[in-house]
Parts: sequence; structure tokens; C-alpha cells
Amino acid sequence: MSVNVRKKLFLFEEVFHEGGAPADQPLLIAAAAAVVTNPFAGRYVEDIQYFMDELKPLGMEMSHALIQTLGDDAGRIDGFGKGAIIGSGGELEHGALWHVPGGYAMRELLGDSKAIVPSTKKVGALGAKLDIPITHSNASYVRSHFNSFEVSVPGAPRHDEMVLVLVMSCGPRIHARVGGLKANEIKGEDGLR
Amino acid sequence: MKATVRKYQTVVEETLREIGIDIDPPTRKATAMAVIANPFAGHYQEDLSLLMDIGAELGDILGRKAVAALGIDPTESQSYGKAAIVGSRGELEHAAAILHPKLGAPLRAALEKGAALVPSVKKMGDLGSAIDVPLGHKDAAYVRSHFDGMEVRVSDAPRADEIVVCVAVTDSGRPLPRVGGLTHEDAEGKDGLR
Repeated sequence: MSVNVRKKLFLFEEVFHEGGAPADQPLLIAAAAAVVTNPFAGRYVEDIQYFMDELKPLGMEMSHALIQTLGDDAGRIDGFGKGAIIGSGGELEHGALWHVPGGYAMRELLGDSKAIVPSTKKVGALGAKLDIPITHSNASYVRSHFNSFEVSVPGAPRHDEMVLVLVMSCGPRIHARVGGLKANEIKGEDGLR
Repeated sequence: MKATVRKYQTVVEETLREIGIDIDPPTRKATAMAVIANPFAGHYQEDLSLLMDIGAELGDILGRKAVAALGIDPTESQSYGKAAIVGSRGELEHAAAILHPKLGAPLRAALEKGAALVPSVKKMGDLGSAIDVPLGHKDAAYVRSHFDGMEVRVSDAPRADEIVVCVAVTDSGRPLPRVGGLTHEDAEGKDGLR
């Protein structure tokens, strides 16, 4: 069985300022959402882990698309996050299947990314919105990169679908000024600092 | 107290059955929220230290409220998360000032441990805006059964000059975890990751 993708949605946001002085480099955020059939909708299925492997090509494809959207330079990308919205016929646990194929694809394509990919998930209706957390891709504690991005797909997920989301970003929050660890201070060894 | 609080709201969610299967004991998550005045609404303020101090106050207050709502001993808490919704006359960075510099330490004190990063989200919003608070294991971020989230909202907040601050705490992971990975039982909880 392969993954049945009904549609994909791509979002790209450029942030120039938020009331303060415009930054030299705008903050760039890109999200990719795939609406896939949930093969386990409508009943309890004990063994679901095999679906993680089937989702791996989709994770790679979406990650490639995000890198392209952000200027085709993986070296500039320094933030990421992921999430899932499960349609009403499914189970929260089905969204957890996205952790491995989504997370590992982004890490692989971003090269030496060490940090955990932050995530959130929920069961939701058509058009449900999900706030995807974003953190620095090499050091989770970089304070200027704690961010998030709201994603929704009109008309999805239907009851037997899941919306699977990946997010990548370039740069800190546009007026970051609350101190803490900076991106240029990280050691990048343990994924935290 | 530095924060001007208009109201608190606490939500507890207990899952007893999922897709026809009994969950025993039920999984439980709680989010405590404070609706506060945004002292910097309507203008650009360079120094955000007042909001950082407010974050410290709320880490303690909301952490204790969430634990109390679950009716557990603080040591029984298993995962946590935090979030903020800034009303339209504020700025996203106001949420960052509340959440990141000082909120974590008093929250960890209220839970009596917390080696892992507190996962977070923030957004600009209006009355009744929903926010998905991310959840992660409080001592070992890679515990896969505890990757979760909780959607919350306050129907009449945030007004344009308000901020909704959220702290979520659980005593459990997802209802029927079976996607493998590190488990709560196997986590060492020393480095915050595993």
C-alpha cells in the first residue's frame, strides 16, 4: 500500500517588520501541508508502525519543496517544526506516525541539524488550524528562534484523512530582543545549546 | 504583583475512551491560562524586562494552578508546554518576553523537576482565538509517547491590549501510544533529551 495524497498546500511568509525598524533580512517562513488518506480511520488498528516507512518519501519530497521555496540554499535555513491534524475518523496516535518520516527527512536535507524537531498534533475538523512550533535547527535553546506558524488547509482533513505539515524558516523573530542564547553563539553539538 | 490579571481560566481534559478502547487510567492534561493587560500595547517598547518579570510570576502561578487542577502531586507530572496569544495592539515579541527568559524556572520549581526544554508557540490573535499548546516530556524531550498538544481558547480574550498566557501540564502521554521510540519508563531524564 502506498500513500494516497489528495492535495498539497504550500505557504510562504516574508516578514519585514512588526512596528519597529525593518530588519536587513526579512524573516522567511515556509510550510508544506499534505492531505493524505488515513489508512486506519474508522476502527482501532494495533499495528500501525509500518505506515511510518511509507510516509518517508513524502517527507523527503515536502522537505525538498520547502528548501526550494526558501531560496534553494539549505545552509540559510535555521528553524524547523512539524505537526499533524487527524480527521474525525482517526486517532491522535495516527498523527504520531509523522514524527519519524517528517523529522528525519528535514534533518537529513538540512545537513548537520542536531536539534529535536518541535511538534504538535490534534484531531480536527475541515479547515482546522494548527499552530506549529518552530525552534532553531541546531540548538533548541536559541531564544531568538522560538517561533510558530499557523497552518490550515481549507476542506481538509476529511474524516478519513490526515493533514501532515512541515515548516522551515530563515532567521530570528523579526524584532527579537529578549536576550538568551544567540544563533551565533551556539556550539551545535548536543542539539540544545 | 506586576501582572494586571483580568481573569484566570483552567481547562482539564480526561480521555476515557479512544476509538472504542477503554483508557485505564484515563490520560489527563490541564492548561491554566491568565488574561493579562499588555503594558506595551499600542507602541514600540525597546526594553521588555517588565514582561519578563511577569513571565516569572505566571510560570509559578499557572504551573501550580495546572497541577492543582489535575489533583496530582507535582512529582507526578509528566509533560508540559507553554504558549501566548497577543492582542492586536501588541507585538509577537511581547509573547517571547513573557515565555522565554524567566517563565521556565518557576514552572520547573512548581513541578519539582523539568530537565527538558518547555515546548512553546505564540501568535497574534483576537477574542476567542485558539492556540495549540505543544506538549513534550518534562525530563526527556525524545519520549515519543508524550509528543502531543492541547488546543485552548478564552472566549472573550485577548482584547487588543491584552495577552493570554498558557501553561499546560499532564500526568500522562497520548491515550494509546504505539509508534515506538523512547518511553517514559526508559527515560533517564538527566540531559533533558533522553
